[in-house]
Amino acid sequence: MIHKEIVIVGGGPAGLSAGIEAAKYGAEVLIIDENHLVGGQLFKQIHKFFGSREHKAGMRGFSIGRDLLEEINKSENIELWLNSEVIGINKEKELLVVPKDQGVVEIKAEKIILATGAIEKSIYFPGWDLPGVMGAGAAQTMMNVHRILPGKKVLMIGSGNVGVIISYQMIQGGAEVVGILEASSTLGGYGVHTAKVTRAGVPFYRPYTIKRAIGEDCVEGAEIVQIDSQWQPVEGTEVILEVDLICMATGFNPLTELAWMSGCQFTYIPELGGQVPTHNDRLETTVKGIYIAGDISGIEEASTAMEEGKLAGVHAAHSLGYLSKEKEKVERNKIWERLNDLRSGPMDIKRKNGKELMFLKYNEGCIND
Amino acid sequence: MIDDSNLKTKGFPTLEELKRLGTYPSDEAFMKGPIAVIECIEEIPCNPCEETCIKGAIKIGKPITNLPRLNTTKCSGCSFCISSCPGLAIYIKDYTYSEKEALIIFPYEFLPLPKVNEEVIAVDREGQSICKGSVIKVNNNKANDNTVLISMVYSKEYFHDIVAMKRL
Ligand SMILES: Cc1cc2nc3c(=O)[nH]c(=O)nc-3n(C[C@H](O)[C@H](O)[C@H](O)COP(=O)(O)OP(=O)(O)OC[C@H]3O[C@@H](n4cnc5c(N)ncnc54)[C@H](O)[C@@H]3O)c2cc1C
Ligand code: SF4
Ligand code: SF4
Repeated sequence: MIHKEIVIVGGGPAGLSAGIEAAKYGAEVLIIDENHLVGGQLFKQIHKFFGSREHKAGMRGFSIGRDLLEEINKSENIELWLNSEVIGINKEKELLVVPKDQGVVEIKAEKIILATGAIEKSIYFPGWDLPGVMGAGAAQTMMNVHRILPGKKVLMIGSGNVGVIISYQMIQGGAEVVGILEASSTLGGYGVHTAKVTRAGVPFYRPYTIKRAIGEDCVEGAEIVQIDSQWQPVEGTEVILEVDLICMATGFNPLTELAWMSGCQFTYIPELGGQVPTHNDRLETTVKGIYIAGDISGIEEASTAMEEGKLAGVHAAHSLGYLSKEKEKVERNKIWERLNDLRSGPMDIKRKNGKELMFLKYNEGCIND
Repeated sequence: MIDDSNLKTKGFPTLEELKRLGTYPSDEAFMKGPIAVIECIEEIPCNPCEETCIKGAIKIGKPITNLPRLNTTKCSGCSFCISSCPGLAIYIKDYTYSEKEALIIFPYEFLPLPKVNEEVIAVDREGQSICKGSVIKVNNNKANDNTVLISMVYSKEYFHDIVAMKRL
């Protein structure tokens, strides 16, 4: 069995930042990701990021990923395994990893940081299993990583930032976005993003949902319908749209299998995306030495994911003896100041509340140390 | 933020909404020459525009969710801030461009790009075709990182309505 100080599962913004931070203080870090590229969501994101300048906002997502990778490569304390999936984990912090074409490798870690990100939620409607119905993230990966445009006439379901940004990228890729559906009374995405697709000629349908996908062997159209305040279809408002691709941007859940497997406790907090590993303000779970960071700890942004990664990284390095209690506290406070800043607007306040509720739950449930 | 606003129901802000939030430049400010117009009226965590403006004309401060405020007397209309904005929410407008025509410099991220002197269709915030526009400059500087700045002149009559051009 291989022995490592800190093992980080997931090489997205959270995992990479955690690794850079912990290594900065001298800890030995191994980052494992199942993809052939690091960056997690970042490498398929061709748009410029909002957020703060210190989080590289204004830069395109993949450039942020490239910068983080450069920092990783510069550090002597960080090892990177790509094409490697972590398939097992236990309370003793032992991991089972499957590096591509190499059988199974066992690792014993002193600290683990789970930064596995999130998984797309889908909704179900007649015809949802037809080819041409897919998650918006899948469409984005096909376009921006594999350079295949999955459809020419697109219906997007969901008006959050993801639905709106991927719609914009579909137009850039040469498709026509026939409409974006939103079931709620208000549009979800940031106004600057909804405004830019609107002036590119995309209509929002609100409050609307999809009734069925039309087609024999693949998507040829979609029937949409208006809904009332009880989310019931309003008869006579049906519209048939001619489309060959239906994308779902209907939210994310934290990707938590490994956390379940490790035996840590969970708390259900809708504001954070559902069942989330219970954690404290250092991002440690109820299994001592196992941390989480990024979307797995609550669906948010790359900017908050990077800060959370740093938070977990600092504390993991501290608990290995690499930085003093005082220094850890100073660094932690600085990170928290930035996190609170990022979560201060009305659009982000519910995540802040969700996090605070989570820390309460942790304190209630955790009587160890 | 009012939830029945046009921005949150239809996706785009109306001129009234922009004016009501007090961030839209006054007529007086527009009469002085080219200045930035920032259509970012929601408290989101974002600030690259502030740091890009070396004149210090854009203020967000702390917390980062404050709305960007433009000091029109400091703004020279240099257009550096446009490509830094991930929301593509900033453009330059010049009411004084000529007697009959106004100038807009807006961000554009679609292909193909228009050519200089090409006649295009100018659109409003809703994406509706409003009038003809004439492209006078296509700035694809490396520093803009592929957010191309298009300079377009159009009839002054539609000064406030026009925000971009129809895709080619
Ligand atoms: C369309 C879209 C637009 C966005 N725009 C913005 C924006 O403008 N600004 C912003 O700040 N944020 C934005 N975000 C959000 C941002 O991308 C995410 O919040 C961020 O990527 C989360 O980072 P993460 O490190 O937690 O997870 P991820 O980036 O998802 O990375 C997790 C990584 O872990 C790997 N992994 C998971 N399980 C395993 C395993 N068992 N073994 C090995 N590897 C594993 C995954 O393959 C992945 O590479 C956007 C998201 C989307 C989808
Ligand atoms: S146009 Fe120039 S001076 Fe005016 S706000 Fe933008 S960067 Fe600043
Ligand atoms: S950069 Fe653009 S989206 Fe961000 S705050 Fe400034 S104007 Fe708003």
